[in-house]
Amino acid sequence: MLKSIALWLEDRLHIVKLFESTAGHKVPPSTNSWFYVFGSGTLVCFVLQIVTGTLLAFVYVPSGSEAWTSLQYLNNQVFLGWFLRAMHNWGSIFMVAIMSAHLIQTFLFGAYKYPRELTWVSGCVLFLCTLGMAFTGQILRFDQDAYWGLGIGASIMGRVPFIGAQLVHLMLAGSVIAGETLSRFFSLHVFIVPGTIIALLSLHLRLVLAKGINEYPKPGAVVKKESYEAEYEEMIRKTGVPFVPNVIGKDLIFSALVMMAIVTCALFLGPQGPSGPPDPRLIHTAPAPDFYFLPIYTALALLPAYMETFLLLVLPVILLAVLILLPFYSGTGEKSYRRRPFAVVIVMLALLTAGLLAYLGTFAPWSPHMEAWRHAPTPIAELKGRTPLQLQGAILIQSKQCRNCHSLGGEGGLRGPALDTVATRLTSDQLIRQVIQGSGNMPAYGKNLRPAEVTALVEFMETLRPSYQPAAMDPSRR
Amino acid sequence: MSEPNSDCPCKKAALAKEASATAPSASSGSSRRDLLLKIGAGLNIIAAALVGVPLVGYALSSFARASTNSWISLGPIAEFPEGQTRLATYRNPQSKQWDGDTAEVPCWVRRVDTESFQVFAINCTHLGCPVRWFQESRLFMCPCHGGAFYEDGSHASGPPPRGLFQYKYKVESGELKVLGGHLPNLSEPLKKGDV
Repeated sequence: MLKSIALWLEDRLHIVKLFESTAGHKVPPSTNSWFYVFGSGTLVCFVLQIVTGTLLAFVYVPSGSEAWTSLQYLNNQVFLGWFLRAMHNWGSIFMVAIMSAHLIQTFLFGAYKYPRELTWVSGCVLFLCTLGMAFTGQILRFDQDAYWGLGIGASIMGRVPFIGAQLVHLMLAGSVIAGETLSRFFSLHVFIVPGTIIALLSLHLRLVLAKGINEYPKPGAVVKKESYEAEYEEMIRKTGVPFVPNVIGKDLIFSALVMMAIVTCALFLGPQGPSGPPDPRLIHTAPAPDFYFLPIYTALALLPAYMETFLLLVLPVILLAVLILLPFYSGTGEKSYRRRPFAVVIVMLALLTAGLLAYLGTFAPWSPHMEAWRHAPTPIAELKGRTPLQLQGAILIQSKQCRNCHSLGGEGGLRGPALDTVATRLTSDQLIRQVIQGSGNMPAYGKNLRPAEVTALVEFMETLRPSYQPAAMDPSRR
Repeated sequence: MSEPNSDCPCKKAALAKEASATAPSASSGSSRRDLLLKIGAGLNIIAAALVGVPLVGYALSSFARASTNSWISLGPIAEFPEGQTRLATYRNPQSKQWDGDTAEVPCWVRRVDTESFQVFAINCTHLGCPVRWFQESRLFMCPCHGGAFYEDGSHASGPPPRGLFQYKYKVESGELKVLGGHLPNLSEPLKKGDV
């Protein structure tokens, strides 16, 4: 009975043929490797994102006035709503991470070379779409960070020459960040970008089937346009094994581990936000992007101003062109990373740069600590045995908000240098000049301080040095 | 790899041969087919334009930025003491019902003396984050990338490329009014026509 049903289905659907040309297609046995699991891992994350995203859309309200409240409702009242939000958030983090691993693996294994150029190109665009999902998703979490994140996006658009103002309007769906902006990003996050991803993913997988998966590269096995495809066909014919069931085992194990990791993170670390409501009147906020965009956030703070427009508008285009066109200027030759030291160095440099910038972004040393002038205590050691004038200076250091940028005893802003040993670096004349005129990143305080206040401030700062280090001296006055 | 075999060049060549063999015997049918194909393709191009032009027009309508700013009251000038800088808010003149709190736009009002004011946009000129006023050090500080501005809005330190954006203002029957309704940015610090 079962057999006859199976045979009927096979007759109508041609399942065996479908299987042979897809899941059961022959692959080189060398691809049965732990390095080849990142593609399927990314796919699993994507499917999970679609499922959790669709379920979140049961409840989420994409309205400027309701979105934030509906997220609170999801977090606190809907059965397992918090868990779904957490899965969606951690799923996105894992997806970006595993996709990056996939990108690096295919780069180091020369998978982009002839004849798999389009697989690489579609993969690069898929990577961009995924980052687009990350940014638009951050906006749908319509909180303070989302609101000011949109402001940052609009400011970047506003730097585009000639059509900047129009692009700002297109992005915000109007003149200001408002309900229509959210609707626009909802459509992008839920329809436009996922639709593009599904289309590109179909192409990507179709190309993997059509041109075969990249064999594990051997050092010295050089790709030549004349012979590669024949060699590959020959290898498949002689040694090829069906992907299912021979090779899929490692993919299955990795996918299961990824899902378990996402569930574990969701369970123990919970959903992200929403932070405060998207009310622009609540200006006591320090907007920061999600971790994927921390390197850009840092670069924008640390780069000299004259490079910024270049960094924002020109450099991404150049980098993307270099990445996407890679198979067209480096499409043949050695595949193995063991014979491509430059490729390895590029990956290491890229990871180091991104990692370091992201790390700096987590504590943003360039931002003033807005509350330090009220909350950071003055170290007692710096107050003992000081004259009344010096103590007056110690008070001014707090009340004039110097501590927002300058730390004392390890507390306060990191924007300017710590003041603990300032007397060893600057003489009193230099201190007076620096306070009154400012320089570098320090504003001038000449207009805001009376002469007596400057005197008190400098008197106090002259005491800020360890007893074993001499005070700074002006050699010409010695 | 069974699939590439199914459309191997030899088969394609055979199909092409077959097609060319049948073509001459049905030449009248072929020209009729060609005509129908051309009409069909032509009609679809027209239909695509009829569908596409309004769709693209709808989707890109905000690119044209037709909206204009209007005068909005920030309250009686008595609320802004001389020599001080205060936070004020106005309701976006183009706000919709579903904008929620985002319709409330904050700005900094500095009353220089009895008659003259400065009204600054809340947005840092670097990347749009909200700047905060510090009365004691008489500075605006930005929480994002460490930009700072003097009390008159001019650039004091950090990455911002210019001073704070300023609204046009006027005092009318004891009320301070600003020309507001758009997010100022480097391309459009003021709306065109706001003079």
